[in-house]
Amino acid sequence: MSLAFDRVSLVHPNGYRALADITLKIGAGERVAVIGPSGAGKTTLLRLMATALRPSSGAVKTLGIDPWALDKTALRQLRARIGMVHQSPPLPLRQRVVTAVLGGRVGTWPLWKALASLAYPADIAGARAMLERMEIAEKLFERCDRLSGGQLQRVGVARVLYQQADLLLTDEPVSAVDPALSDRVIGELSREAQSRGVTLIASLHAVDLALHWFPRIIGVRGGEIAFDLPPEQVKDDMLRELYAAESAFVPTQSGPAIGTAAPVSRRKPLCS
Amino acid sequence: MAQNADRVLRDPAALPRVVLTALVLLLLWPGFRLTEFDLGVLFDPRNRETMGRFLGTFFPLAFSGEFVRLVVKSTFETLAIATAGMTLALLIAAPLSLIVTRSLSIARIGPGPGLWRGRLLRIPVRLALMVFRSVPEIVWALLFVRAVGLGPTAGVLAIGITYGGMLGKVYSEIFESGDTRPAVALLEAGGGHVSAFMYGMLPVALPELVSYTVYRWECAIRASVIMGFVGAGGLGMQMELSMRMLNGGEVSTMLLVFLLLVLLADAISAGLRKVIE
Repeated sequence: MSLAFDRVSLVHPNGYRALADITLKIGAGERVAVIGPSGAGKTTLLRLMATALRPSSGAVKTLGIDPWALDKTALRQLRARIGMVHQSPPLPLRQRVVTAVLGGRVGTWPLWKALASLAYPADIAGARAMLERMEIAEKLFERCDRLSGGQLQRVGVARVLYQQADLLLTDEPVSAVDPALSDRVIGELSREAQSRGVTLIASLHAVDLALHWFPRIIGVRGGEIAFDLPPEQVKDDMLRELYAAESAFVPTQSGPAIGTAAPVSRRKPLCS
Repeated sequence: MAQNADRVLRDPAALPRVVLTALVLLLLWPGFRLTEFDLGVLFDPRNRETMGRFLGTFFPLAFSGEFVRLVVKSTFETLAIATAGMTLALLIAAPLSLIVTRSLSIARIGPGPGLWRGRLLRIPVRLALMVFRSVPEIVWALLFVRAVGLGPTAGVLAIGITYGGMLGKVYSEIFESGDTRPAVALLEAGGGHVSAFMYGMLPVALPELVSYTVYRWECAIRASVIMGFVGAGGLGMQMELSMRMLNGGEVSTMLLVFLLLVLLADAISAGLRKVIE
């Protein structure tokens, strides 16, 4: 079992209830898309899975282990096995791409190796291979501030691929990438998960991407699970209800495939 | 109707701004009274005459061969005291600032195990930094002159400790004020303090760190001059001798050297920043 949530709730210090009573199980090697309107709790859910947040109540098991019963060292070792792609890539803009990608292994490398790699990159070939899969191999020695938002986001994915994690969590990994490329990036993540038999969980804003690439779809709304089904059983009216509060249509890569409102870009403005 | 529109178009922040300005001026006034601040003394004819005479001796500058050699030697001594002091300060500040920086706390994520231990550890470290910098370097210098005798060592120790305290505090503030997400993300991926810092925080903070450190080095040069007055060697000691002998020419030559040193620090800072960018 890769993930097990048992009646998990998260209440922020200000009293806001981000997640309520979530119970779910995700097996090893499963590929799951999490969809839902913004503010539904998708990111919070992923952060709980990543052991970056501790639930206010309920029990979490990540990779079969209760992270909050571990001591410091064991928790660090567990975290090194979890790869998280953040929506806005947390990369220092002055850093070179090669260093940013190699940073994926700081959790497993001994300190001397991590430090030596800053003087001379320890695994240029490895970093390049991951960037190649993201179609930005030529940016290997560029600085991050020379990249566009979409390119930077793919560097973030390349870093997590390089981490070789047992649990791949991706929080809107392609929100700044153009549609055709988004499809290939998600495909690459999907292939990675299948070839290594690791679990992939992706929150996605574009419903069509989710339905196309993932055998299991979890709809989240208002901090609760609205549905948890294979894509062929996810009906249009379920989607419309899921996004009812946000707008009149269901967000997809190329505008309103389902719904009635005028087309609007699915992408949010990229924050710098 | 028109009155209503007037109110809408009025800046609501104007009144607080006026009140705040008045308050600041009101608070400054007792300060001026307390220090007996009075520009009038500068223009008092007797004072003006004494000062004018001393200033008059500033020209021409002293450029005799022997004096220049002495100044050059003292300048190098001053630079050496400042640089050695800054090195010591860095050795103190670098590890302590990492401990004090809250964003580098692994236990804060979650929060996880060891949260209280981390908090309890940060208190004495922050306190130590505070003690280091709360005592002025000149006071440390006087203390160390008693302990290790007259000479540059006392100056180096004094600068190392005071500036260690300042650098430690300001470094951690620079770390916290930059984008801390890269470092936190690395901690969330199992990275340790040092690697998360090196991969996620240092690249963000580097330009500010460098310019602040070089600026502090410049301050250390001035501080070492002041400490020269109490016997810690360098330009300050020469300055004190020349002043005591009312040799204005020598004093102004050394003032010129100070100006050049500040220009040098500026150039180094600019050069380093260019290298980083």
